Amino acid sequence: MLRYALRRLLGVIPTLFAIITLSFFVIRIAPGGPFDDEQTLPPEIKANLEAAYGLDQPLHVQYGRYLAGLVRGDFGPSFKFKDFSVTELIAQGLPISLTLGLSAILVALLIGVPLGSLAALRQNRPTDHSIMAVAVLGIALPSFVVGPLLALTFGLHLRWLPVAGWESGQWRYLVLPVITLALPVIAYIARLTRGSLLEVLRSNFVRTARSKGLSERAILWRHALRPAMLPVVSYLGPATAFVITGSLVVETVFGLPGSGRYLVQGAINRDYTLVMGMIVVYGSVTLLFNLIADLLYGWLDPRVRYD
Amino acid sequence: MTDNAHRGFWGDAWRRLARNRAAIIAAIVILLVTLVAFAGPAFSPHAFDAIDWDNMAVAPGGPNDHWLGTDRLGRDLYVRTLQGVQISLQIGLLATLVSLCIGVAWGATAGYLGGKIDEVMMRIVDVLYSLPYIFIVIILSTLFDRGNVYVLFLAIGAVGWLTMARIVRGQTMSLRRREFIEAAVAGGVSTPAILLRHIVPNVVGPVIIYATLTIPQMILFESFLSFLGLGVQEPQASLGSLINEGAQEMESAAWLLLVPASFLVTLLTCFNFLGDGLRDALDPRDR
Repeated sequence: MLRYALRRLLGVIPTLFAIITLSFFVIRIAPGGPFDDEQTLPPEIKANLEAAYGLDQPLHVQYGRYLAGLVRGDFGPSFKFKDFSVTELIAQGLPISLTLGLSAILVALLIGVPLGSLAALRQNRPTDHSIMAVAVLGIALPSFVVGPLLALTFGLHLRWLPVAGWESGQWRYLVLPVITLALPVIAYIARLTRGSLLEVLRSNFVRTARSKGLSERAILWRHALRPAMLPVVSYLGPATAFVITGSLVVETVFGLPGSGRYLVQGAINRDYTLVMGMIVVYGSVTLLFNLIADLLYGWLDPRVRYD
Repeated sequence: MTDNAHRGFWGDAWRRLARNRAAIIAAIVILLVTLVAFAGPAFSPHAFDAIDWDNMAVAPGGPNDHWLGTDRLGRDLYVRTLQGVQISLQIGLLATLVSLCIGVAWGATAGYLGGKIDEVMMRIVDVLYSLPYIFIVIILSTLFDRGNVYVLFLAIGAVGWLTMARIVRGQTMSLRRREFIEAAVAGGVSTPAILLRHIVPNVVGPVIIYATLTIPQMILFESFLSFLGLGVQEPQASLGSLINEGAQEMESAAWLLLVPASFLVTLLTCFNFLGDGLRDALDPRDR
């Protein structure tokens, strides 16, 4: 198991390398540079600026330098936030984004799994139908609609929670963002749980458990829930990607100083190094979560063999 | 498969779809919204980018001809929202078409050729799959001048083909060993011709189902990018950019958020219901 985990972890490196290489060259092919917007820039100053950032070098030299920097944990300077390095910018925002994303996934699991199980145990009854109807809505409603609506209702009208903003250590500022981000994931997990639990409850080993006289409660907890969790665990990988995407919107809507906005701002400003840095960091997070989901899957499902 | 049995399949599918009330209502609503979106702006005296200096940020139902009110700049929300719906629908269709072409070609090729080529092609799909969509689109969006929405749609479509490729590959692998393919190979038909004439027509069913479910995803994606400021640019309006503007003004002018948001939610929900209905109708095993 440990050896398998290590080997998988090593397998992440070539994938990450491919992602870095591909995005580096694609971004550099793009027309327009980071200094294009400063209209009145005389050509000499622009040339000096580009020389200072090493942009006058041939592309493969820049690429080599970038990789060498990455190994040392240096993402290079930001072109637009002139006094900051990309490493500093990300280090400021990432803790907030990670808190937001992890809380959302945790909340989604804690609410989604029980809801889905409840729906499965009450199959085709009103409880089931209402839970599934809400789930369809939860999946169909985009976060950039839900977020402002929640802020409007609970922030502006009811005044229960702050509309937007951030003070470190203040959980009140996280409630609405986390709910917004978690809602579609809750809905999806509930649907997955319901479907797989229904299938498990029809399987032979559950029938055996019933026939030997176990109570429904014992069957659910001791036998059915674990195999029913497998599809949910495999969904954790895609869920990470989904939450990262959603966090870009949620951070914008609620004015959270997370790192997600750098990806968008970087793309708008053609801030090469910032976009690259974000892709490296978020790409690693995604790959890591996919790996964790795979390992968790193997731990839950004894049929998986490591060889 | 005889001609008769063929008609039987589509006939059955149609009857199953007609019985699904939610899907039929959804289809009707989509048709109505489309009609209103394309014909509606002509009935208003305002242009989508015209500024009415006397009526800035007025609420719907005021004593003027701005039926759904105006935004902070005095632009008519009715016309802008309908224009946004037009763009969303066009993008949804265009991007779906692109993703369909790439996905079917990729999946059919990988599934038919098999072996090492299949392995490499599907490995690429896996890697792209594990990345958040938004990365790829953000990288692609730096490639084009902003504001060129149609190029952006193509880019979005170029990202959305992954699931389609997987579905088509699976179908193709099961078709590959069938007698009619063997006969075609024995008859000396070239590989591209086999793919085009024998494989592709046989995967149409699942492709239709998935395409219907792709449209709302693409609409959502376009709105998402426009919301972030990476998509449709001013003075053009898209549902996403309208929602973004509305969210900034919601304290004083909630209708700016609610009007485009309800159009978007209606469209997304209807397309999802229709897609689910089509899936149940065309693929009854999956229910």
